Amino acid sequence: MSAFTQERLTALNAAYARCIDNDELEQLGDFFLDQCLYLVTTTDNYAAALQAGIVYADTRAMLQDRVMAMRDANIYEEQRYRHIIGAPVLLEQKGNTAKAESPFIVVRIMRDGGTEVFATGRYIDSIVAQPDHPLKFAERIVVCDSCNIDTLLVIPL
Amino acid sequence: MEIKLNDMRGIERAWEPGLTQVPYWLYNDQPIYRTEQQRLFQGPTWNYLCLEADIREPGDYRTTFVGDTPVIVVRDDEGEVQAFENRCAHRGALIALKDSGKAQDFTCVYHAWSYDLQGNLKGVAFEQGVNGMGGMPPDFCKEEHGPRKLRTATVAGLVFGSFDDDVPSIEEYLGDEVLEKIERVLPKPVEVLGRFKQTIPNNWKLYMENVKDSYHASLLHVFFTTFRINRLSQKGGVIISETGAHHISWSKVDHQAQESSEYNAEKLRSDKEGYALADPTLLDGCDEFGDGITLQILSVFPGFVIAQIQNTLAIRQILPVGTGKTVLNWTYIGFTDDSPQLRRMRLKQLNLTGPAGFISMEDGAVGGFVQRGIAGAENEKAVLEMGGDSIETQDNRTTEASVRGFWNAYRGYMEI
Repeated sequence: MSAFTQERLTALNAAYARCIDNDELEQLGDFFLDQCLYLVTTTDNYAAALQAGIVYADTRAMLQDRVMAMRDANIYEEQRYRHIIGAPVLLEQKGNTAKAESPFIVVRIMRDGGTEVFATGRYIDSIVAQPDHPLKFAERIVVCDSCNIDTLLVIPL
Repeated sequence: MEIKLNDMRGIERAWEPGLTQVPYWLYNDQPIYRTEQQRLFQGPTWNYLCLEADIREPGDYRTTFVGDTPVIVVRDDEGEVQAFENRCAHRGALIALKDSGKAQDFTCVYHAWSYDLQGNLKGVAFEQGVNGMGGMPPDFCKEEHGPRKLRTATVAGLVFGSFDDDVPSIEEYLGDEVLEKIERVLPKPVEVLGRFKQTIPNNWKLYMENVKDSYHASLLHVFFTTFRINRLSQKGGVIISETGAHHISWSKVDHQAQESSEYNAEKLRSDKEGYALADPTLLDGCDEFGDGITLQILSVFPGFVIAQIQNTLAIRQILPVGTGKTVLNWTYIGFTDDSPQLRRMRLKQLNLTGPAGFISMEDGAVGGFVQRGIAGAENEKAVLEMGGDSIETQDNRTTEASVRGFWNAYRGYMEI
């Protein structure tokens, strides 16, 4: 049976969203391989093959550093996210690696109660299956539909 | 009871001479906003439009803004850079509707009036009418109609434009020191690595002040100090152009810097013992300009910033969108001859800058903190006395001299 069933891909997205939205970001790195790519970019940049992101982590440690900076170094007003991740589409499967894409909406809730759509887009993923392990991201490219970020982005999308 | 309009206004629009006090009414006043558009952005200033690399070939264009005025910048058939309002001479509709593209001419979608690449009106649909009926009057002269044209100038691959025919040359406007420091970070052909926009909830002036405020850098942005990238006690300074309009804040990092007693006394939250990056390759860099300077923030009045932070280079175009909203157009750049290693370093270090930047995300929010904080306090004033009252170049960064410089230039152009 394939390691990349719709059920497993959906469960991966659900656990990822829950980790961020429940503010358990110290566990975010667990969803990624040690050598990985987590990139936040936009549709325009992605289409033009422009490499730079507003967040760029090519190791799990770098992603953990971002969480550490968010906890201890960066200054921002209290805020939370609510992710709604749509059904993943399995695009390609080769051996223990699969490419998949999932649409998302992230609503940002500010401390004054302001609740607005902060980002929409798609996750373009490269996912690895290892025996007796949960699925992990080799790559999660966060392609935001809009080119515009409101105020700042501190919590990973 | 009769209430007179004057009573209802009730807000005094006073501003004492000098540069050490800034009244808060300046940040949310509609008449001031319109006057800024006329006297600053459309006045005798140079405004960043795009990179030459964005419009390499004849017909290549980008749409952008000068202040809140839409502008097309395009390379014409002779290879010259032209810029004109993105506003049809007929009814005022936008002429170009994309961020960028390639065109032989521009045709307004509304009534198909068309323009050449210099912005000259060349075609009026049904100018002679149809079957002898309708049409424009016989004395209608296309040469007398058209979008306003800008003067353009290029510096080190940056394209600037001005609505004012009497603006000084770009070299004179910038001055030798600013020119030299622009050329320092743009010595060879550039390549765009990414483009992002950021909308911030505050008046554009609060953002420009923040850019020029070297005092806040290590106090607000503690990621910087935590990792010893920047300290006020390090070697660095602020260069301010003659009228205060432009500035350069720079520093050199000494990773072996002595503990500074001033910092210890302040008990800065940045000085966390044992704080280290799990993946320090984030900050791997090289001295690519060969002078040891790891930070150079350069601003050109009224709304342009180019910043080098280690091996990152990013341009910010600051665009006002009403009194309480500003859009930042970020363009991340590298050089066409980047080695794969250097390119990878830039991509990693870009984590430092932009809307999610470790040392810049706070800048997106702090202007909003001021904008909200000053609500109802139109007659109160900000204090800008750090480092005295001058706008002179200083060899330290614990100063608000370049912020005062902004206001000196502002008061000059605004005649206020």
